[in-house]
Amino acid sequence: MVSDPLLYVENLVTSFRTEYGTVTAIDDVNFSVKAGKTLAIVGESGCGKSVTALSIMGLLPQKISSIDHGKIVYAGEDILQKSSQERQQMRGNEISMIFQEPMTALNPVYTVGQQISEVFKIHRNYSNKKARQEALRMLIEVGIPDPEKRLDEYPFQLSGGMRQRVMIAIALACEPKILIADEPTTALDVTVQAQILSLMKKLQQEHGTAIIFITHDLGVVAQVADEVVVMYAGKVIEQGDVYQIFEDPKHPYTKGLMSSLPSINDTKDKPLNTIEGNVPSLSHLPIGCRFSTRCDIANHKCVETSPHLKPMNIGHHVSCHSAHAEEA
Amino acid sequence: MKPILEVNNLSMHFPITGGLLRRQVGKVHAVTDVSLCLTRGETLGVVGESGCGKTTLGRALIRLYEPTEGSVKFEGKEVTEFSDNDLKGFRKDMQMVFQDPYASLNPRMTIQDILEEPLSLHQIGTKAERQEKVVSIMKLVGLREEDILKFPHEFSGGQRQRIGIARALMLNPKIIICDEAVSALDVSIQSQVLNLLNKLQKELKLTYIFISHDLTVVKYISDRVAIMYLGRIIELASSEDIYEKPQHPYTKALLSSMPIPDPRKRNNDLGLVGDVPSPANPPPGCAFATRCSWAKEICSHDVPQIEEVNGQKDHIVACHLKSEIN
Repeated sequence: MVSDPLLYVENLVTSFRTEYGTVTAIDDVNFSVKAGKTLAIVGESGCGKSVTALSIMGLLPQKISSIDHGKIVYAGEDILQKSSQERQQMRGNEISMIFQEPMTALNPVYTVGQQISEVFKIHRNYSNKKARQEALRMLIEVGIPDPEKRLDEYPFQLSGGMRQRVMIAIALACEPKILIADEPTTALDVTVQAQILSLMKKLQQEHGTAIIFITHDLGVVAQVADEVVVMYAGKVIEQGDVYQIFEDPKHPYTKGLMSSLPSINDTKDKPLNTIEGNVPSLSHLPIGCRFSTRCDIANHKCVETSPHLKPMNIGHHVSCHSAHAEEA
Repeated sequence: MKPILEVNNLSMHFPITGGLLRRQVGKVHAVTDVSLCLTRGETLGVVGESGCGKTTLGRALIRLYEPTEGSVKFEGKEVTEFSDNDLKGFRKDMQMVFQDPYASLNPRMTIQDILEEPLSLHQIGTKAERQEKVVSIMKLVGLREEDILKFPHEFSGGQRQRIGIARALMLNPKIIICDEAVSALDVSIQSQVLNLLNKLQKELKLTYIFISHDLTVVKYISDRVAIMYLGRIIELASSEDIYEKPQHPYTKALLSSMPIPDPRKRNNDLGLVGDVPSPANPPPGCAFATRCSWAKEICSHDVPQIEEVNGQKDHIVACHLKSEIN
């Protein structure tokens, strides 16, 4: 193998206990990430993208959720078998995460400098002075103007874009091998989004970080991803490289998503394509294919049995009875 | 054709109070000197980043805020001088659809109560007539009649937005202001709601003001588009012209930062540097001068007036350097 995956997820099943009984939020998820590459996980709200991220990070609410099955292998070891102390050591050091809303993810009562320094103190045992110097270096690296002054400011004194830069500085402080970004630009304006995306790309090239980029925005996916995983109601329904997914989508859901985006040449005289209906509730999933309730080409097989993710072309996997029948 | 809505030099400033006596110490220039016209049956898109004043503009037009200066004329009548009674009648003609379908519906009211409320407030029809109207509007927006006694929490986001739209339609309005009406929805649901808005516009000859930060959605739904920056309209043109022949450097930057859903068209542009200045303390000249790579001396002290581009009446832009840049 030219490049072994840095991390792979195998048959991962995570469930939550709710008042309506146990709900499987992600069911049999598989994917892998390589160093220096970006894997995008796309899907609509409630499809399990964030639960996947939190499962990898070990940040699921323990009282109400559990990982029932599967492996998450990092550097040859299944991290699900590690103790919580070992995982604590990994977080921030080996695998980091940035969140959607930088205002809620940052602590409002500590200065930016203190929050970045903390990472160095915990993982590297740096002195206060050295940690502060390193924090300053990080602020410069993420392109914050006037970094010395910003070091002593609180999150509320910064704009949304600046806060997200601070989040990135914290996440990348110890040069983790993997960065999980959960909707990192969704709360930002387009011009600021473009800044943050190009900053992430630049840092990735410099440090060879693998990025798992979670988003619902197909435009952003096309801009940043090397590989794409499409999720629907807790399942991976299609996966492939970014060109396969955008230029030759095989799953009816992926096709539907692509065609429901207004293209720049469309006018309102031409109605947009839609996917009728709604995402099924995780507590009342269809027996067969989870998309069968909204699928135009669903047949009795789709209603009765659940399809599996199977390869179509090299690197392109699809979970759809019809797509495979067509190919055969 | 006579415009249905005519806005002239509208400004909306909010006081900032401070100190022990809560005296006014400054003001937020949320909307400054905005002029525009709406023709019946058209859709005007209003685009800009957060804090540019697009929502405030929408609210000032419908007089949810009392504008600080300027005039708003609806079918020739001055809205800013309306008495409370006139205003009640006017609000029948102009309705709003809000962004968050979770926050804008009362969780304790059934769909029937939510939709009937505008009619009872305006004392329209008998109980039976109202009921009939509720059912017909529900059908029109694609809600099922049997759901009439359900509560908002029993619906998905897309369906709640349909309820919001239905409520806005109850009084047969002429203008609907859609403030980020599809922004909270998933892509597959967003297209359903956009199609619905288009269908309703055709059937009911509605006029829309469509406020959004999403350039692709605005391009799709609008006939004309106004781009706002820090409270001012900096460019206004037909939607083709805005997207194909943008004149203002900010419009160009916005368009080039838009992520295109095509992996072969990757954007290597860095986007704009810096952030939007504070509306409490806007720069003295052109508001965009602090981030504009073309900016010259004149831009930092003179506010550019909005003018026609090459004598085209329907394409206006506020930039000192428009002839040099383009």
